[in-house]
Amino acid sequence: MSTNVISLVSIGAHPTSGRPRRAEQDARAVELGLQLAGDKLQVLHAGDIAEPALRAYLGMGLAQLHVLEQPQGADALPALTEYLRGAGVQVVLTGSQAETGEGSGMLPFLLAENLGWPLVVGLAQVESIDGGVALVLQALPRGQRRRLKVRLPFLATVDNAAPKPRQSAYGPARRGVLQADDVEVVDDELLAVAILQPAKPRPKRLKVIKAKSGADRMKAATAKASGGGGQVLKGLSPEAGAEAILKLLIEEGVVR
Amino acid sequence: MLNTLLPILLFAALGLAVLGALRRVAMWRRGRASKVDLIGGLFAMPKRYMVDLHHVVARDKYIANTHVATAGGFVLAAVLAILVHGFGLQNRILGYALLFASVLMFVGAVFVALRRRNPPARLSKGPWMRLPKSLMAFSVSFFLVTLPVAGILPADFGGWLLAAVLGLGVLWGVSEMFFGMTWGGPMKHAFAGALHLAWHRRAERFGGGRSTGLKPLDLNDPKAPLGVEKPKDFTWNQLLGFDACVQCGKCEAACPAFAAGQPLNPKKLIQDMVVGLAGGTDAKFAGSPYPGKPIGEHGGNPHQPIVNGLVDAETLWSCTTCRACVEECPMMIEHVDAIVDMRRHLTLEKGATPNKGAEVLENLIATDNPGGFAPGGRMNWAADLNLSLLSEKKTTDVLFWVGDGAFDMRNQRTLRAFVKVLKAAKVDFAVLGLEERDSGDVARRLGDEATFQTLARRNIQTLAKYSFKRIVTCDPHSFHVLKNEYGAFDGNYVVQHHSTYMAEIIGAGALNLGQHKGSSVTYHDPCYLGRYNGEYEAPREVLRALGIEIKEMQRSGFRSRCCGGGGGAPITDIPGKQRIPDMRMEDIRETGAELVAVGCPQCTAMLEGVVEPRPLIKDIAELVADALLEDATPGKPSAPAKREPAEVH
Repeated sequence: MSTNVISLVSIGAHPTSGRPRRAEQDARAVELGLQLAGDKLQVLHAGDIAEPALRAYLGMGLAQLHVLEQPQGADALPALTEYLRGAGVQVVLTGSQAETGEGSGMLPFLLAENLGWPLVVGLAQVESIDGGVALVLQALPRGQRRRLKVRLPFLATVDNAAPKPRQSAYGPARRGVLQADDVEVVDDELLAVAILQPAKPRPKRLKVIKAKSGADRMKAATAKASGGGGQVLKGLSPEAGAEAILKLLIEEGVVR
Repeated sequence: MLNTLLPILLFAALGLAVLGALRRVAMWRRGRASKVDLIGGLFAMPKRYMVDLHHVVARDKYIANTHVATAGGFVLAAVLAILVHGFGLQNRILGYALLFASVLMFVGAVFVALRRRNPPARLSKGPWMRLPKSLMAFSVSFFLVTLPVAGILPADFGGWLLAAVLGLGVLWGVSEMFFGMTWGGPMKHAFAGALHLAWHRRAERFGGGRSTGLKPLDLNDPKAPLGVEKPKDFTWNQLLGFDACVQCGKCEAACPAFAAGQPLNPKKLIQDMVVGLAGGTDAKFAGSPYPGKPIGEHGGNPHQPIVNGLVDAETLWSCTTCRACVEECPMMIEHVDAIVDMRRHLTLEKGATPNKGAEVLENLIATDNPGGFAPGGRMNWAADLNLSLLSEKKTTDVLFWVGDGAFDMRNQRTLRAFVKVLKAAKVDFAVLGLEERDSGDVARRLGDEATFQTLARRNIQTLAKYSFKRIVTCDPHSFHVLKNEYGAFDGNYVVQHHSTYMAEIIGAGALNLGQHKGSSVTYHDPCYLGRYNGEYEAPREVLRALGIEIKEMQRSGFRSRCCGGGGGAPITDIPGKQRIPDMRMEDIRETGAELVAVGCPQCTAMLEGVVEPRPLIKDIAELVADALLEDATPGKPSAPAKREPAEVH
């Protein structure tokens, strides 16, 4: 029995030029989907059907791509929820975070909540799907993997631990069909009142190297900050907890 | 008795030859249509054969003379034999002429046999080892049977036994020479070769011309195949071209990928295409295999995909498109066209560009440069040079095409050196700045014709906005593409490589040059400047103007060995036994030069990638810039060193 898989895709933006492209993580969702379901994979996008970057997904060898047609600024969530509810699908794959638009990374969570399905974050590999249960590997930091048993249907986000997407080729991209589905357009009210501003890189955790010898410096340079120095606070009052946190922030020089 | 036997033998062989020819023609016609002047080509063929082809063959005097004797003798002998022995025109003069022709052919055959006594590795063995004997059988038999015609011997000389022996000799001779010519024997090269010359897909190459730009794919027609998947996707005259191969292996000897032990041998590739067009396996191939790939495991037919049947993909990706094989090929076969055609299918249809290929193509689409750098950084290298932008100036004499080397720190030194030279010569020049995009060279060689055409069209659109007299670039790849490949998209410009331009301004006395100091110098010809565009002289002229006596490498000029950087080879990176730039550096070391002058950012990068200690690598522009005498008006003897005032912009 082949699995019924849908990959959700969005329009990406190249990190240096900002030009539209297939989104890196979404392309990985398509790749994983192709490995799971082959030709039967369905790919879904909510947005503008005229966006040329969509063809880059078709170039991965898809015969067609469904587009829930929506203007910019519309909320993709209700349309996707409704579509997925009626699609009879077992696995829904998506990137962790969009490269354009709000890019909050909330969509998979809200979608899973609406559908009432389990959500696997950071899916690396699907080992088996058998009798309504999937055995999957979840990617954890620094190459660790956690084996999870999930009941179908489920939703999973993929990040850079998932298999690298295959090359998008011109021929299939040109031949593939973009199929428009009319859906009710719901305005994203939250987005409409929100003020967008360019993202700033998240400040890095300070790493003070006090090494004396070369070997120490090497260790400091190669090893990641590990949780060795932390402490677990249990059964504290909120005030005492806040105090402990503030103390750490002052020690680290974050709060002066 | 021979008088009845000979006509039967001759005409039977000729009849079979005609049948074979029809069969062979049907095989070629499986290919796609191609616009060729059929009649004009046939008329032009003798000249193409006698002049253009001979010009290539004559690089090897031994085989050129041998071939003139053998082929000339054979054609003459064959025509006369048909007249004398076929139609029974037992004329004494014709008899003597036939005797002469067969002697001539015999002498040629002896030299063929000598070459084959201890044949170099590049030559194919197998049936080709039989050929000198067949030539001798033909010429000796016809010599002997013609002796009575010339009146030297009585008609019934030798009796039955000799007649039988001669009959067998003639049978062997005409089988190989007539029948074998169209049924796939070694003599096939004469039949297919003659027609290949007549209907060559690059007729511009004849008469001293040059045609090196790749042919565009028609992307507007959704039914046109995107490159070549099966042998029948080649055009019919490409198939014919493959059939013309004589398996001399000159391409194999020149191929840098073969020498580096990468799985490519141009001769085997062409023979595999012959297997593909006729159907079968490569088991009968009697030459050097693709390094690391045993013979006999591949096969195919006209309707089967080539890759992973007939040829492995890595064979196609090993090619650096240096055109050394095409330059050497005495049959003027177009290996590079065929390889790029097959790569196009792999990239455009299969999405199977190996290693970094996919990433580079994606970068080209998203950022207009192969490295994926932010397009806004394209002019960072010239932040302090105050270059004029064409978008402000609108019109200029020289448009300096910077190329993607703008993002490479090593090449930025070259670019800055060239700007220094341009400024010293007070040239009116400007750059496109951020409006410039990758020329599309790498995309095209990697088979991504779609991305190439997009980049080309956008660049042409940009260039159409401005007026300039010529484009000058430091990058032979951009140079080639702008000059030879944009024409198909209505982009026709005067384009020069910076070495050509510098030779011109030095010749005009616009530069006040001192002498190159110190080290001895050799020069490495970039493929895309030399073989692709025939510019061997200008860079040498510039070097001579600097007082440099070039220590030429053994493989220089049109025989220059590739640096390994062309055709996207560093991107697809097919492993071999050694690296191509290391071999080239060995060539450079042999000259004893301490510095190698280059004229290409790719060559610079590849050669500088060779581990030290090794000769220094400098671009010609850098050498010229170093030798500039500052602040002296050209023409006058150099004034006492006066400090150039610091430029304030």
